[in-house]
Amino acid sequence: MQTGTYISGAGHLLLIGWTLFGVHPNPDPLPFEVQSVSIVTGAEFEAIMAAERPPFTVAEPAALTPPVTPAETPPEPPATDAAPTPVTPPQAEAPPPDPVPQTTPEPPPAAEIVDTVPQPLPPAEAQAALLPPSTRPQPRPADRVAPEAVAPPPPDAAPDPVEREAVRDEPAAEDATPVPPQEATAPEEAATEIVTEAETPAGAPQQSIRPLTRPQRQAAAEPRPETPAPSATRDAVNAALAEALTETAPAAAPSGPPLSAGEKEGLRVAVSACWNVGSLSTEALGTTVVVGVTMTEDARPVQGAIRMLSFEGGSEGAARQAFEAARRAIIRCGTNGFGLPVEKFDHWREIEMTFNPERMRIK
Amino acid sequence: MTRLIRTLLALLLALPLALPGLAQAQTGPLRIEITEGVIEPLPFAVPDFIAENAAAGPFGAQIARVISDDLTGTGLFREIPATAFISRVADFGAPVQYADWKAINAQALITGAVSVQGNQLVVKFRLYDVFSGAEMGSGLQFAGPTDGWRRIAHKVADAVYSRITGEGGYFDSRVVFVAESGPKDNRRKRLAIMDYDGANVQYLTDGAAIVLAPRFSPTGDRVLYTSYETGQPRIYVLDVGQVQRRVLQSQPGTMSFAPRFGPDGRTVVYSLEQGGNTDIWSLDLGAGATRRLTDAPSIETAPSFSPDGRQIVFESDRSGTQQLYIMPASGGEARRISFGQGRYGTPVWSPRGDLIAFTKQHAGRFHIGVMRTDGSEERLLTASFLDESPTWAPNGRVIMFSRETRGADGTTSLFSVDITGRNLKPVRTPEGASDPSWSPLQQ
Repeated sequence: MQTGTYISGAGHLLLIGWTLFGVHPNPDPLPFEVQSVSIVTGAEFEAIMAAERPPFTVAEPAALTPPVTPAETPPEPPATDAAPTPVTPPQAEAPPPDPVPQTTPEPPPAAEIVDTVPQPLPPAEAQAALLPPSTRPQPRPADRVAPEAVAPPPPDAAPDPVEREAVRDEPAAEDATPVPPQEATAPEEAATEIVTEAETPAGAPQQSIRPLTRPQRQAAAEPRPETPAPSATRDAVNAALAEALTETAPAAAPSGPPLSAGEKEGLRVAVSACWNVGSLSTEALGTTVVVGVTMTEDARPVQGAIRMLSFEGGSEGAARQAFEAARRAIIRCGTNGFGLPVEKFDHWREIEMTFNPERMRIK
Repeated sequence: MTRLIRTLLALLLALPLALPGLAQAQTGPLRIEITEGVIEPLPFAVPDFIAENAAAGPFGAQIARVISDDLTGTGLFREIPATAFISRVADFGAPVQYADWKAINAQALITGAVSVQGNQLVVKFRLYDVFSGAEMGSGLQFAGPTDGWRRIAHKVADAVYSRITGEGGYFDSRVVFVAESGPKDNRRKRLAIMDYDGANVQYLTDGAAIVLAPRFSPTGDRVLYTSYETGQPRIYVLDVGQVQRRVLQSQPGTMSFAPRFGPDGRTVVYSLEQGGNTDIWSLDLGAGATRRLTDAPSIETAPSFSPDGRQIVFESDRSGTQQLYIMPASGGEARRISFGQGRYGTPVWSPRGDLIAFTKQHAGRFHIGVMRTDGSEERLLTASFLDESPTWAPNGRVIMFSRETRGADGTTSLFSVDITGRNLKPVRTPEGASDPSWSPLQQ
């Protein structure tokens, strides 16, 4: 009897506790968007549509025909571009089309042009022509393969993992924070995977329709509010943060909260950006190495203390090559520090990094 | 019972209070796992080698250029131009200014010196890991005749490549191929041999008869090839050093072709057409004994040994279409390994033993591809009007093949591609070229 009472009591306690401290239904109403609408009459709608239509009705296939065609690659007869209705000889004679037949040495009669079966295309073009135009987009080939695709950088930007705008050595306002001049930098172009010649999109169109003219906008673009240079702002914030951290952080924090998931992710991404496995042997690409790193308080690795703790999946020689690539990554990207919070130094004084190239093998 | 329930209840109530503390606890070092990196050429710098005496003057720059071309040609390395150098290497034994090389992002630095002593060229080099601030391996020295300076440069490049990548190089190797000239309907075909990079071309036959499919022996001193000298295809073996040849024995009324050495250098496998049927045979070069390895009414051809000599991969149309099969080296039951769409042919086993290169014809295009020896992980590396005749580099990392362009004026040339599908590039030859066969590394 008492057992039942205790169980009931415990259940009620849990229920009360859950009600008080647990998940509550959100009393706030769900946010929703409000958009003003206006009623348009049928006549007004027709007028609007009529005004919008003309720029989009000029996409005729004939626009693809080059003005002058070489004799050895005659374009398709005009009949192929005509409407799907059956074309009769008089109709074919009626519209004297392009100057193309005149460029050929012996222009056949118009009726024959209509009935002429196009020459079969060579295999490559035939395959390309058979592919539907809406093929799945494929990654572009690039010299660099990275976790995320990167568009080609500006021509005057120096390659660098971090994108920065150029800062010129110009006189600034007195109250502005002085910013040292620097060149524009941008990450190098990258694809997410290796694209072989066989995988390049053969079905991609060789020519594209000329872009349509942009419709005139009624309203002029509003001037943008002036904003300070992003790099200047960033540098100023970084400097202020660094100053604040050095002032407030204890010299040796014995304990504290561990690194947040975001801070760990930042460290992982930073090392990944420098982990170049492009020159590794296929055996080293199958070897996972665990590397121990001792860090200084300014979040730089101690070069002499980077050591291989263990490896798996390959020979000792392959592990050594994999370790060298890992060590290069840690040193290269740790040169300026990994930006870890100094108040949590005890938590990242020693780091074990596992370099697992399994995903890179199948790139 | 009551006590148990009380205890459980207490634990249950205390759990939410204990969880934050557990979450904050971290035992041992911080652990992270990195699974995504980048694949890009490794930047290196190779200043001109220092000439230690006047006679060595021209060789310093030439050797550095060959080393640079070898490394950049792999697609795995990128040379930093000399115009970007901050410091100069004036003394081979002087300490390296790592900061100067770091500043230009050179991750590897190759320094060297060259001297001429009599007719001997002595080349020494050191390789540095700039960001680690340490030498990779020890300094190494090569010596050879002055007219063999290119080979010495290739050997230095092989050593550098091997130290950085962990796999053997392939620069000090040669390629035998069929040199082609004239129109397609009247081609003159000669056997030729050259360095892997197209230098030092020498012709081994005069072009009087059509020659096909040369294949190096495992030691690189002999070449098997097929010739139509008598009107019928027959197999010859050519001594590369002496440029002397002899015909392998053949039975009257038969045609033999597609020969390839076994890894022991004594066994040759080839195709023999007899009475309209083609099968694979083996020949012991020492004893002269032949042995039939397949016996089927279909066409079996293009045999290639595994590196351990235990298995043979070949093509057959026994299933109705041309596919790849593997059988024991002594013959016997074969298992099919290719199951994709299209037709597969000319399989070649990788020197590492892990992959098989092949030609594939599908949807009107030809491809060079690779697959595992069980047929898995097939990957097409190229696509063109006509790609065929793959051959492996000695380290199993690169494939060379011949590519023919379309049309009556179409030309045939050699290309190479990394097994990842990257770095597809033409191989320089003085005229048209086809049917390449890559030698092992020279001794």
